[in-house]
Formats: sequence, structure tokens, C-alpha cells
Amino acid sequence: MVSFPAADLSGARKATQPASTDFLVRFFEWFGDLGLFCSHLLRAVFLPPYEFREFAHQLDELGSKSLPLVALAGAATGVVLSLETHDSLVSFGAKSLLPELLVSGRVAAGIGAELGAMKVTEQIDAMEASAVDPYKYLAATRILACVLMLPLLTLAADFCGIFLGWITTTLTDPISLRLFIEHGFKEATFNDFLPPTFKTAVFGLIIGVVACFQGMRAHGGTEGVERAATSAVVISSLFIILADVLLVRLIQVFFP
Amino acid sequence: MTAPMKTKADAAIQVKTLRKSFGKQRVLNGIDLEVAKGETLSVLGRSGTGKSVLLKLIIGLEQPDSGSIRVHGQEITGLTRQPLNEIRKTMGFLFQNSALYDSLTVEQNVAFPLERAGGLSNPERKKRVRELLATVGMEKDLDKLPGQISGGMQKRVGLARALALSPAILLFDEPTTGLDPITASEIDALILKMQKETNLTSIVVTHDLPSARTVSDRLALMRDGEILIEGSFKDLQASKDEFVVQFLSRDS
Repeated sequence: MVSFPAADLSGARKATQPASTDFLVRFFEWFGDLGLFCSHLLRAVFLPPYEFREFAHQLDELGSKSLPLVALAGAATGVVLSLETHDSLVSFGAKSLLPELLVSGRVAAGIGAELGAMKVTEQIDAMEASAVDPYKYLAATRILACVLMLPLLTLAADFCGIFLGWITTTLTDPISLRLFIEHGFKEATFNDFLPPTFKTAVFGLIIGVVACFQGMRAHGGTEGVERAATSAVVISSLFIILADVLLVRLIQVFFP
Repeated sequence: MTAPMKTKADAAIQVKTLRKSFGKQRVLNGIDLEVAKGETLSVLGRSGTGKSVLLKLIIGLEQPDSGSIRVHGQEITGLTRQPLNEIRKTMGFLFQNSALYDSLTVEQNVAFPLERAGGLSNPERKKRVRELLATVGMEKDLDKLPGQISGGMQKRVGLARALALSPAILLFDEPTTGLDPITASEIDALILKMQKETNLTSIVVTHDLPSARTVSDRLALMRDGEILIEGSFKDLQASKDEFVVQFLSRDS
């Protein structure tokens, strides 16, 4: 009879364990860790001291540096929409997820890589060792900046879209900007403006939380940083699309 | 909340039957240690024997599976962030790769813990940062980023940052690893200078035996997650244990 050492047996057991079980365990572990992260975060956001300077720095970092990209995307969307559909201006802002997904790509990758690199080089440990709460200093400031900046960036994208839309229209079919806007906003109401803007703040929250979470749990050197950055973009984009579906429905119910 | 239990007054750090595993890998298997106030203990051992994990447990960056850690007589295992941070303010940690904040300059790195701790005006803080950097001989590179200075210089800045809050306890994780012999002895000399000037209690984790002999009052040799032998360098030399003999013979 052939006898196996204990270690080999456990290895064989592990090999016969279905991969799907392993995936499910990791899936639920991820949500559990995210829950813990959010509870740390809530405490960090509300308890003093507040990191105003770092928050301002992040507003600048996320806002002004994303602006050119978002403005360009908004302008391009405006041109395409006015060429293809002569669609009303109002539906422009409400329909397009492009600015949010672009910001998610740029900002989530940036935060994921930055915090991931800080984690694997022990800079986050160094912060903890200096009695500084990294949830407060690193995560809360970035997440709040995302929540505040996303609506503003979306407004900037919308503005560029409308302006370039007008230029495109007026090149083929001259119309004054005033008439263009009056015509476009003719049927606009409160519900066309505030709920979609609120929605973008939720998207900002998703981007910030996911990117900080993925960054701060990075491990395993350079590869870990790459994984953190990539997963931050993929997961936040996925959640934005899912949240959009939910929020559109909610907005339809509460702001008919 | 119950009042923290006090232990005998002269022990700055007391570790009892400390165990820690990562997954199935047991890293620490019942460590007992005591470091008196003002004493320097070097923890020696081969790479990967859990020496760095021991330091991270003592400053609360990791949580043990079981066992007790007392710092200044207060149990720190299971403490929430706020009381733990109060204890951390009395401790400094020099990381193996210095772990300087790479987006901040040398000056901002040292100022970081001071800014967060508060209590100093801007000019006072600036003065303190310059004093600290002068102590480690880095007062001329204030505006450089960590990426622009050598590994030895990064260690110096890391040491200045660890000293920023005038800690009573300093933990060194491989302070001389990866440095050339001359820079390594400069770092040793700095550690000795700190000890003399401030009566620091320190634990130095290292596998650099000459460095450990220079800076410490007592040595402890770790093997397989346990302390194999503890005492002066002479005590270690007197040991007949094969592993101790082998470890020490590298130096002779």
C-alpha cells in the first residue's frame, strides 16, 4: 500500500476543492473587508482632528487635473449628439455616463496606484506608527474630494457639451446661443437637474471608496500595486454602471 | 472600561507567550521578552524568523493570535485606535526600507508626525525639524525628495522622523541591512548617540552581528518563532548549542 505524507494529502484535498468555492469565499471576504473599511472610514470622517489641508490638496489633485479630460469628453459628446440626433440639451446631461467613467478611470487608477504603492512600501504602516490615522489622512480626504468633485466635473462636461453642441449646430444651421439654450431648456424642470447631479455625487463616493479600499489592501510588491490600480478602475466602473441602473429607477420613483 | 493593569515599573516592554500565524504558517510560537527602561535589546535570527513581525506587534501594526504585550505597563493587545495612538506617540519605529513618504520632502517627512500631534507653532516646528535633521547629519538636504537621496541617507531621515515626537521607546527594524559597512557603522554610531543623549529604550531587530554587539546591552537569538537564547554576547559565546555556534561563527 502506498502511504502519503500528511502534507500531500491536504494538498490533494485542496486540489479537489472546486474553484468556485474558493471564489465564493474570496467574494464574501471582499465584501466583509469592505464593510470593515467603511466602518473605520465613518469614524475617521466624523471624529476630529480634520485634515483640511490634505482635503484641499486632493480637491486640486482630483478636480483641476481631471478637468481637461472631462471637458474634452463632454465637448466631443456634445458635438456627436448634435450632429447625430439634434437631441435636446436636457437629455444630454442625464444620459451620458461618459464623464463619470472617464473620471473613474483616471482618478481610481491614480488613487489605487498611489495608496497601493504606499501600502507595499510600508508608508501606510509608518503613518500608523506615527499615531496618524491613515483612514482619516489618506482615505477620507480623497473620498470626500471625489464626492464633491464629480458633480462639478460633470457640470463642466455638460457645459462644454452644450457649448460645442451649439457651435456644431450653428455651423450647419445658424442659430443664436440664446435661442439654442432657450429651445434646449424649454422643457427642463428641477427634476432634470438636481437628481442627476446628486447621482454623480454617489458615483464619486463609489470611485473614492473602491479606489482607497483597493489601494490600502494592496500586497505583494509592484505586481500588487498594478493589481490595486486595475481592480480599482474595473470595480468602480462596474459599480457605477450598476448604481446608475438603480439610481435611474429611484429617481423615476421619487422625482417623476 | 477597566483600568489598564500595571506591571513592575522598570520594564518598558513586556511580551508574554506571544503567538502569531499568517494562514497556516506559524511565525511566532510563544515569545517571552522583557526590556528594561533605558536598555537596548538586539533580537537576532535568520531572515524570515518573525523578527520584524515581533516589532510590528509591539507597536500594534499587527494583532497577535494570543499572548500579551505591555508597553510602559499597559496592555496594548485589543486596544482601539485612540488609546493605541496615545501609546504610539511614545514610540518611534525605524522601518527596514525607511518607509519615507515619497511625495514629501525630507523636511516635510520629519515634520509630518509633529504637525499631526499639534502643540507647536510653525516656527517652533520648523526649528525642531532642523534640530532633528542636524542630529542625523541631514540638515543640508531639506528640500530633497526621498528618491533623490541614498539608502543610508534615507535611514538617517527615517531615524529623525522616528525621533520627532521624543519617544521613550525606539524600535529598529534591520537598521543596517543593505548598507555598506561604513554607512552601517555610521548608523550604529547614531543609535549609540541617541541612547546616550535621551536614555532611550530600544529593540533592534537585525541579523548583522557586529552591529548588534555595538549597540546593545543584551542579545536574544530567535529560531523557529521562539527565543533560543538570551543574554550578553559572552553568554551567547559560551553556548554549546549548534545553531548558536553556527550563527556566531559567521562573525569570527
